[in-house]
Amino acid sequence: MIKSFVTYPLQFIVFVLLQVLILNNVQLGGTVNPYLYILFILWLPIELNKTLVMGIAFVLGISIDVFTDTMGMHASACVFLAFARPYLLNILAPRDGYELNVPPTVGGLGWFWFLRYATIGVFLHHSFLFFVEVFRFSEFFDTLGRVLASSIFSIVLIFLAQVFSSNAEDRR
Amino acid sequence: MRNLIAFIRKYSFFFLFLGVEALAFYLILKNNHFQGSSFLNSTNKVAGGIYTRYSNLAEYVNLKEVNDALSDENRLLRENQLGSFERVFGENIIVKDTIYKRKYLYTKAKVINNSTHRQNNYLTLSIGSNNGVENGMGVIGPSGVVGVVKNVSANYASVVSVLHRESKISVKLKKSDYFGSMQWDGEDYRMIGLKDIPNHVLLNEGDTVVTSGYSSIFPEGLATAVIKTFEVPEGENFYKIQMQLLNDFRQLTYVYVVKNNTSTEVKKIESGRESNDD
Repeated sequence: MIKSFVTYPLQFIVFVLLQVLILNNVQLGGTVNPYLYILFILWLPIELNKTLVMGIAFVLGISIDVFTDTMGMHASACVFLAFARPYLLNILAPRDGYELNVPPTVGGLGWFWFLRYATIGVFLHHSFLFFVEVFRFSEFFDTLGRVLASSIFSIVLIFLAQVFSSNAEDRR
Repeated sequence: MRNLIAFIRKYSFFFLFLGVEALAFYLILKNNHFQGSSFLNSTNKVAGGIYTRYSNLAEYVNLKEVNDALSDENRLLRENQLGSFERVFGENIIVKDTIYKRKYLYTKAKVINNSTHRQNNYLTLSIGSNNGVENGMGVIGPSGVVGVVKNVSANYASVVSVLHRESKISVKLKKSDYFGSMQWDGEDYRMIGLKDIPNHVLLNEGDTVVTSGYSSIFPEGLATAVIKTFEVPEGENFYKIQMQLLNDFRQLTYVYVVKNNTSTEVKKIESGRESNDD
């Protein structure tokens, strides 16, 4: 428990810096940008108070916004993800519910579970983000196309991150 | 009353969500509509400092392209120097008088953060109000317009890029002086749209488009883009034009902030005109 007071803030900083310094400069075909940082929200413990998760998500979003001059945009999308997360966890819950202290990762709940969890989470976050960004529904399919392209890119990166982190856990 | 409280308690998480979301949207709208030195943007100490350090590290990567662009620019300036010209005829004498006074001043700045993939893109510059940067000043690159300063702190400035869907720049055709406005559609960072050119104007692919100087933000006649495609949509009086930007926004490293010495005077007379109309 004490350990998480160190690891989570550290992880927070690493995710923000990785996003704003490196990933925001990586574009597929000039337009498709990945957003890996939401993995921080996805990785938070399942039994963590959902109000607290929402607060953390807001701070995480604001931190990204400060760097990209998009005040409020990432914050609103992250808060939406934090709002949807308890329902998402409910839907995906195993038949006997979650065991205590099992992390929502591949190591904790398996590839298949994590695949569905991350894909839906990323899609919800990206949809909210991109539609808030254009602030109109008139180019619905244009925007939806960018949501899908970015989602795929983000999910691939999230999986790579998950592979590296679970390898690191195995070695420990 | 008791029912109301019970209702709110039952859905407290949802109401919390609405509250936090409202706060986020308030921030979005505030950022979109008001200029000013708010604390929460990339011009603050922490974000600006991190970006400065990172760009100091990363600048070696495209040093070659930056040098190329700078030496190209130097070549152009040398070409325009008086020493490169020869007198055509006569023994005229140059008379120095006070017909000209300085209208625009340039300050060089380094781009420490930049984006091209979003719908509304911003740049962060390494200079701020300590170097005389103010809100509303223009920013130009090696070849053409880059954007307009929106937020300034002591040491950093945040710039609304031309690649921003709400940003409109007044430009004109170099050949025929017809003016229109340049606005980005959010798709390709190399291409930009041009509106308000009437359909009787003769256009060619490759025509140069320069700044009009009407906005008093940018000097007149700054080559910014060339026409790529144009068409007149059925039943309309204006062209739909796509242009290629001359600046490569992915490569921007050094830019210039333009100060217009006459802008306060122009603004004063223009605001006076509006209040007289009312």
